Formats: sequence, structure tokens, C-alpha cells
Amino acid sequence: MTVSVLYSVLLLVSLGGLAAVVLYFVSKKFYVYENPLIAEVEEILPAANCAGCSSPGCKSFAEKLVNTDDISDLFCPVGGNDVMKQVADILGKNVAEKDPTVAVLRCQGACDIRPKTTEFEGPRTCAITAMVYGGETDCQYGCLGDGDCVNVCKFNAMYMDESTGLPVIITDKCTSCGACVEACPRDIIEMRPKNKRDLKIFVGCLNEDKGGIAKKSCEVACIGCSKCEDVCPKDAITMFNNLAYIDPVLCTLCRKCVPVCPTHSIIETNFPPPKVKIEKEEKKSIPKPTAIKEGILQPINLKTDA
Amino acid sequence: MLKTFPKGGIHPPENKITSAKEIKRLTVPKVVYVPIAQHIGIPAEIIVTTKEKVEIGQVIAKSGGFVSSNIHSPVAGTVTKLDKIIDSSGYKKQCIVIRTDQKDESNFEVPDFPLKKEITMNQKDILKHITDSGIVGLGGATFPSHVKLDLKNDNHVDCLIINGVECEPYLTADHRLMLEKADEIIVGIQILMHALHIHEAIIGIENNKKNAVEVLKKAAQSDKRIKVAALQVKYPQGSEKQLIKAILKREVPKGGLPMDVGVIVHNVGTIFAIYQAVQYDQPLIERVVTVTGKKIEHASNFWVKIGTPITDLVNEVGGLPEGTRKIVNGGPMMGKAIKNTDVPVTKGTSGILVISEEEASRGKQENCIRCGECVTVCPMGLEPHLLMSLTEKGMYEKASFEDIMTCIECGSCSYVCPSHRPLLDYIRYGKNIVKKLQTAKN
Repeated sequence: MTVSVLYSVLLLVSLGGLAAVVLYFVSKKFYVYENPLIAEVEEILPAANCAGCSSPGCKSFAEKLVNTDDISDLFCPVGGNDVMKQVADILGKNVAEKDPTVAVLRCQGACDIRPKTTEFEGPRTCAITAMVYGGETDCQYGCLGDGDCVNVCKFNAMYMDESTGLPVIITDKCTSCGACVEACPRDIIEMRPKNKRDLKIFVGCLNEDKGGIAKKSCEVACIGCSKCEDVCPKDAITMFNNLAYIDPVLCTLCRKCVPVCPTHSIIETNFPPPKVKIEKEEKKSIPKPTAIKEGILQPINLKTDA
Repeated sequence: MLKTFPKGGIHPPENKITSAKEIKRLTVPKVVYVPIAQHIGIPAEIIVTTKEKVEIGQVIAKSGGFVSSNIHSPVAGTVTKLDKIIDSSGYKKQCIVIRTDQKDESNFEVPDFPLKKEITMNQKDILKHITDSGIVGLGGATFPSHVKLDLKNDNHVDCLIINGVECEPYLTADHRLMLEKADEIIVGIQILMHALHIHEAIIGIENNKKNAVEVLKKAAQSDKRIKVAALQVKYPQGSEKQLIKAILKREVPKGGLPMDVGVIVHNVGTIFAIYQAVQYDQPLIERVVTVTGKKIEHASNFWVKIGTPITDLVNEVGGLPEGTRKIVNGGPMMGKAIKNTDVPVTKGTSGILVISEEEASRGKQENCIRCGECVTVCPMGLEPHLLMSLTEKGMYEKASFEDIMTCIECGSCSYVCPSHRPLLDYIRYGKNIVKKLQTAKN
């Protein structure tokens, strides 16, 4: 009994010893040198593996950072400037500071202001709906409401608002990885600079139809009247295909365009309420539809502390 | 035993309500909306301006390349605007809007062309006439016909197949055309055989159209080169590849064309258009459309000008019945539901099908139970359930490896699925993505 126990213990110990020796030599022989910096950089990166930097994951982005000489055009949108600064310190290379961006939804066509004219019975994904036809409403540019963007978001920064049928972006959680921009077949989601205190002004519509047709399909559609273009002191607004676009670089957030828009398709976020005087004038001339305020802007503000 | 293709296929209820209804001529519409992309390939280029007066049959949009086609004015009138109108794709597409001149008599003349049997033109002129007349495949795929006829030297074609199968339920446009224009179709076939130096032509007709088989057999009596083949009734026999397999037992290779096995296939409607183009220099400005549905009062077949809004057709048959849920451009299997009745008739519109509430329901989607029905019925020998789940998971390379691109989109899999899974929707989407990836690679 004791002998057989002894034998097996001896056998296993000697096998282990032999394997250790073999493994030692093999690891020496086939040693692959990996720059220790890669591991160090990977440690700093946020490990979200979101592919927002256009590398497949954080490890490969770290390799890219270490192996590329000029990294000024590489950027981790999730980590932002802080992470890139730490990376630059380790690697001793220069990085360009970028303004943080955030995803915005350029459509305000909630269910009550953009009536449905048809019904789609097929599979509920935006990609297939967009392939089959122009969507359930008469606007073929707006949100399809099937939530492909919400499904791809890895940071829980989006959810579908049941009452409006539109996705809502929680700006504090959004890392601007760009997954939703890619998933949206309509290109409604745009990355715009976050600015100070998350102040943003943008046109919440992509409808390229002529004014009358656009207005008929959706109450808050941009009708291409170019009033905002005329009032803009910095020439930041351009008109193309019956549609206004506000250039975020040129825009100084003066908000002159917001009250002149007859359909309220220009969205402002996180601004303090306008002064009493202006508000009075505004109310006299153009009553704002409540749906815009309640449907889109409020949830964004509310959910920032969620 | 009648011939048919060996693999898969289904037998949906035929519902050929309008097969005994003569083709009537629809009143000329007040306004026509002519889309510039009515064919597969590059859209045509508009060559008219607003307020310009156009003659009937005048070219209003010129072919934009080799795989493209001319578009002619279906009416005499004035171009009122160049606008974007929702077409059968569900998206707004560029259209030429023409207001019909009510005083112009050429609009209301009923074209009456006596049978003209002599073929006087040479091969080059025939091909030129077909190209200029804007003829595309009228079976539904709208592939420009001249491309099929432009043979390279290394393609040896020995057989012309005429597709009179019309396997789609409900549709009877080709059936009626074969009955009423049998002699013209035979001349059309002779024109093509002359132009392509082919000495054998076979007209394939499913056996549920026995009278058409008889009529064409009689018309083809004088010409020994033309045969009529009655085929078993099975969907999707009207598909090019399945038809070739059924009649000649030749298999078109993966990613190949019928030319690769020495065959050219044309629809009977196309043959009739070719006859008119070559013998009478008539461009393609009208086609036969079946307007049907179980609850439609006066369902029938019509000669319709291209660009006629579907509203006109629906009004002609007694308006939309109560409880209409879906209007389909084409047949129930491969047709596409349209968004509203302002959609115009194009060269590819073979039928308008009005479906009621109870027929339109898709059924609730359940999980795949691996019954293999879709595999059994797939005429291309694919595994639709696998292709769907691969697309769902975004595994496009694997889907491409499983030959997703060979799918002919006949919809047999979705038809038989007991779990009502939207197999074809996903496969179509997968094909789109795989195609994009392939072009990106090249």
C-alpha cells in the first residue's frame, strides 16, 4: 500500500520536473518579445473594446499607439483627453487635444407630430425596414423607431422613449464611440462637440423634401425657408437640398436662429431659460408645440443624472 | 409525365381569377408619372425640360449606359414638372410628370397593328431597334433586353426559351397575352431567332394554362423550329434558372448567366414588345397589367400606359373594397407592397393585387423548430434557416460561404415556415450586406 502511494507520488513529481525543464527551454527558445509599453498603455485605456477608435479592441489600439510614430490623429473617444494625455506621457509622444463630442439625434418626429400612414409587419429592425421601404410615416429621412442604435450601444447611453417612439441619448453616459452612428441606416445620429456645460444647437431634421411636403409629413420638419441662415451672424448655417445645417465649428451658440425657425426644428440643449422679455415676444409670435419640449429635450435633461 | 425542375418548389393556391377576362384598354390617364429608374442598372438621363411639349413615343430619358434603357413618353402632352414621387421601391424617386393633351388625337387612337410576318431587317437593325425602343424584361425583373442579346463570341447559344410560365398566383397578364397575341408572339420569336442565329426555341407554359398551350401550338405549326412545352404546375418555375433546368435539364453555374449554358430566356411580354418594336417601330410605352384580388368587383387585365397612377387602375375595377389591408405591386409571392395608390405603373408592374385584412396577416413569429421545411422547398438547394440566423448574428462571411448570393428570393421558405419566421427579409438584407462587402473587397 505505502509502496504504491510512494511510486505514484515519485512518478508524478518526476513527470512534473521533466515537464518544467522542457517548458523552460521551450519558452526560452520560442520567446516572443513584446514591448512592455503595450501592456502599460493597455492598462490605461478604458477596456471598453467599443471600436470607437476604429481598432477592433483596446489591446490592438494600444499596439497601434506604441508602434506608430505620429499618434496625433489617433484618439480614444471613450477615455478622452485625460487618457490620451497619460498615454502621451508614457510614450513620450505628442497627442492632439480634441473637443469631446457627443451623439445627438437629428430627428424630432415623435408619433404625435409625425403621423403614421402605413404599417410595417416585417421584422422590427431599422436595417430591414429601411431596405424594404421609406418607413411607416411619410418622411423617408426620419427615425424608423426600431431601435437598432439602442441595441448596439455598449454603454447603456440610449433608450427608446415609448411615448415618442424615438431613441433618447443620455449625454453623460455617451462616450461618442460612434456605434449608433454606424448602425443607423438613416444617418440621423451625428457626433457634435459637447461644448461647455453640454450646450448644443443643431437642426433636428434631415428632411430634404420641399417645404410643403416636408411640413405635411411632419410638423417639426425643416422646410428650408433659410430664415436661420439670414439671421446667423457667423455664417455658420448653410442650406443644402431644402435643409439647414449648423456647422459646429463656426457656431458660437448665440441662439439667434432658434426663435426665428417657424417649425421649431432647431434644437437647443441645456441652455438656461431665455430672459423674460424675449420669451414674451417669442410667445406672441410663435407658440411652441409642447411636444418638442416634452418629447425630446426634457428626457435628455432629466436623464443626465440618472 | 410533364417536365418540371427537380429540387424544391411549392404549390400555393392559384387564384387565377382573371384568366378568362379579355385584356381591356384603360382610359388614358390625365397625368402620367414616368420614373427614370424603371429597369435594373443605371437610371436613364432626363432630356426634356419643364413646359416642353412631347409627342407620344418620344424619348424623354436617354439610356445612361450599357446596362440601362431609354424611356419614352407614353402620352402626347406637356411636361409639367420633374419631381420626386414615391415609386414601388417605397422611396421617392425622380419622375417626369406629363399632363396629357386631351385634344391630341394620338392619345386616344387604339393602336391596331395587323399581323406582319415578313422579317425584313438584318441582325444589326433588329438589335438597334430593341435597344432604342427601351425594351426591358417584362416578367418583373426589368433587365434591359438588349444586354441579353449582345452576345460575345465565346458564348455559344443554341436555344431560346420563352417564359410563359407565370407561376405567380393571381397574375394572368402573360396568359391573356398568349391567348390574344399568339401569332405576334410567334413572329417575335422568329425575329429573335433570326437576329441571334438560333435554330431552336421552346415556349414553356405551365399546364394550368391548357388553352394557351393549344393556341400557341397551333400558331407555331408552320415553324418546326418552335416547340411548346407544357410544364407541371410548381412555383417558382418562372424563375430563369428553374425553367432552364425544367426544360433542358441544364444547370446554370453558381453566379453564372443562362448564356453560360447556351440559353437565352425571354418573357412572352418581352417577345411581344420586341415584335412591336421591330415590325412597327413602337417603343415600350404600355404593358398588360392584371388588377385582381378576392374582393375586387371587376378584376380584369388591362393595357396600361407606363406611368399611370395605380389609383386609376383601382377606380377602373370598382374601387378599393372595404377592409383592404395591402396593395401589392406584382404577384403575392415576389411582389412588393406599395405605400399609397399614387405609385405609378412601371415597366415591371405585371399586376396589382389588393389583399384584405385576413389574408394579409403574417402570423406571429416563433422560434425555429428545425423542421427543415424551408430546406425541402428551396429550389436553389440552400438552407434558409441557417442563412437567416447567420444574417441575424452579423456573420456575413459565413453567409457568403453558404452561398447566400445564389438565393433567387422566391419566398418559398417564408411561405412554408410553420413558425412564421421572416426568412426572406433577413436573407435579402444579408445579400445586400454581402454584396457591399464584396464590392468593397474588389
